[in-house]
Amino acid sequence: MEELMLARIQFASTTLFHFIFVPLSIGLAFIIAIMQSMYVIKKQEIYKKMTKFWGIFFLINFAVGVVTGIIQEFQFGMNWSDYSRFVGDVFGPPLAIEALLAFFVESTFIGLWVFGWDKLPKKLHLACIWIVSIGTMLSALWILAANSFMQNPVGYTINNGRAEMNDIVAVLTNEKLWVAFPHTIFGAFTTAAFLVIGVSAWNLLKKREIEFFKRSMTISLIVGLVSGLGIAFSGHSQAAYLIDAQPMKMAAAEGLWEDSEDPAPWTLFANIDVENKESTARIEIPYMLSYLAYGEFSGKIEGMNTLQEKYEKKYGEGDYIPPVKTTFWSFRVMVAAGGLIILLSALGLFLTWRKKIEKSTRYLKWLVPAIFLPYIANSAGWIMSEIGRQPWVVNGLMLTADGVSPNVSSGQILFSLISFSLIYTLLGIVMVYLFIRVIKQGPNEKPKEDISASDPFNAGGLQDAVK
Amino acid sequence: MQLSELWFVLVGVLFVGFVFLEGFDFGVGMSTKFLAKNDLEKRVLINTIGPFWDANEVWLLTAGGAMFAAFPHWYATLFSGYYLPFVVLLLALIARGVAFEFRGKVDSKRWTQTWDWAILLGSILPPFLLGVLFSGLIKGLPIDENMNMHAGFLDIVNVYTVVGGLAFVLLSYLHGLMFITLKTTGSLRERARQAALKMYIASGAVVVLFVVLTAVYTEAFAEKGAILIPVYGLAIVLYLLLYPLLRNKKEGFSFTVTGIIMVLVTSSFFIALFPNVMISSIDIVNNLTVYNAASGDYSLKLMAIVAAIMVPIVLGYTIWSYYVFRKRVTSKEHLEY
Repeated sequence: MEELMLARIQFASTTLFHFIFVPLSIGLAFIIAIMQSMYVIKKQEIYKKMTKFWGIFFLINFAVGVVTGIIQEFQFGMNWSDYSRFVGDVFGPPLAIEALLAFFVESTFIGLWVFGWDKLPKKLHLACIWIVSIGTMLSALWILAANSFMQNPVGYTINNGRAEMNDIVAVLTNEKLWVAFPHTIFGAFTTAAFLVIGVSAWNLLKKREIEFFKRSMTISLIVGLVSGLGIAFSGHSQAAYLIDAQPMKMAAAEGLWEDSEDPAPWTLFANIDVENKESTARIEIPYMLSYLAYGEFSGKIEGMNTLQEKYEKKYGEGDYIPPVKTTFWSFRVMVAAGGLIILLSALGLFLTWRKKIEKSTRYLKWLVPAIFLPYIANSAGWIMSEIGRQPWVVNGLMLTADGVSPNVSSGQILFSLISFSLIYTLLGIVMVYLFIRVIKQGPNEKPKEDISASDPFNAGGLQDAVK
Repeated sequence: MQLSELWFVLVGVLFVGFVFLEGFDFGVGMSTKFLAKNDLEKRVLINTIGPFWDANEVWLLTAGGAMFAAFPHWYATLFSGYYLPFVVLLLALIARGVAFEFRGKVDSKRWTQTWDWAILLGSILPPFLLGVLFSGLIKGLPIDENMNMHAGFLDIVNVYTVVGGLAFVLLSYLHGLMFITLKTTGSLRERARQAALKMYIASGAVVVLFVVLTAVYTEAFAEKGAILIPVYGLAIVLYLLLYPLLRNKKEGFSFTVTGIIMVLVTSSFFIALFPNVMISSIDIVNNLTVYNAASGDYSLKLMAIVAAIMVPIVLGYTIWSYYVFRKRVTSKEHLEY
């Protein structure tokens, strides 16, 4: 059992860490592509400067995202071999297709973009960053297709004791996928938008490069508001889907033990007592949950106790209730952070429109810590989504406990857990350090020490270069 | 040919592609320590693979993904059985991947030196471990009747697998040196050629030793001799041919030859394995084969279609990117890293 716990901790930590970088990569690629498009269309140098400056963040971040992603692909086999055997037939193809369709595109065209500034015609070079941007989104699509199968298995039959795919169309039209994909992509856009907004705000406060950062900010505020609203709407469809496919997750997210009344209120806060299976001291908003779930102000929602009974009848003895407190609170943290994101971007656009933005010191000061809001929302969202699925690894098909590698010892997992944690911590520190450095340097990159004057490969040149 | 057999070939092709491509950038990574004399030369070297190394690594990720999708049991047995080597491999790939991006970002000697070590270890350990792991596959590993592997240290690390690992490291280094002669100018280019000449005997000897040990420790020649003998024979002929090519500064041909040798050696593992994907040292009935480890026909067919469409496209833009960056890298141009 210890192996199971360690493997779960490892999966949770490596995934959450990976997902710090992924949204920023997806979002920054998109925002940079917009900036470079403006450069190509308007032919103003400032947009080229913007593309290059924000591009540094993108590249540093992308590198960490890629390397932490390699672990993601391999740990299914390492820690979850029985899971891999059971679902490899359905779960593997999206991963393989992601590599063929998206990974190659991203890595090749990032190379072309970084090294191609002077080697490619302007428009072709611009096309490269757009291809990268589309590639990152395609990656997300295929990974979410695989994840959606875990949340809501479709398009398979059970054959020889394992799930075999029989309908790729079903896998790709999985309802879960099409509520999760826009939600995740919009989340990614806000992540990048708020990094650009926050860094720009800091510089505006310092009165550095005002024109440069004001324009960066305006672009990102628009991206932030549009995608903030996108998050809210797609979040709403997530809830509607949950009621259908994963009612237990929904009930846990509401701390709802007994069936709700009709119409159901949305619980803002509650004291959840897992032992006595009750939620006390609830602060509720009437009608709201019915609306979230069904899009109308009526309809009741089944509680965890009812669902537990149903599941026991269907799957046999067992505890089918996920960690309620985590699910409940991560949901609320996500919603609160999302709400703040929308408010802040709306306010920012209003101030920009009134031409007051660089003077609104107090607002600008809020924006700096607001960089973390999307990260909080992203992580909380995934925690809710994945913890809320427990005890299933594939909802209704395979328990998490049955997926773990039977031949891997707790010592081995502990070793990898410690070494990955160490290297991840190190990467995190280095990245923050580099980000702060880049921010302090500002967009007027100093040229590197002038070594190009001498040719180091001629006699005598080497000594010059060493100096 | 059955679909599962086709996919065995495709997984093999992905690994071979990986070794051919990332092989030279591992070699270039090693050269930053053994060839470069100063920081500027290091940067020139890193920039020769700058636009490519990331995409080259994707071949490994795709091979892993294809294995997961086409042979879930192979993937599960291999990755859980080789647990610790994979942890080390992942750590090395992580360190290497960020080192390229990080090293040039801060002007401090300690900073760059730290990342230089990451590049070195990240360029030696992966080919070494892959050599160890591949050799283990054809030697046989303790796999039980439930397809689970319970390997001790000596099952994974022994004379044969270590020689296999060394063979991959040395071949990668040689291949990398050849790439450098193609992509640089002046003294760096000449020194790479000289280093290759020095490495020539050592790497050749290790590869021959590896072939001999394969005959001693594995069933490969007993079962697949008819194919393996010509494959290794061709590799050895090419290796002999490499010397005059190197001497006469035929850089393009030399690079092609080291590449083909790496392709042949890597292919030999897959030839030796087939129709098994993993060989059990406990009992041959426990062997994982392309038939009992494969996914269902639906998945295999689906992915075959995707691969048939995508692989030519991927190859197309990959070749285009090499064409865009076909010029030699000198310190006179913008060095990104």
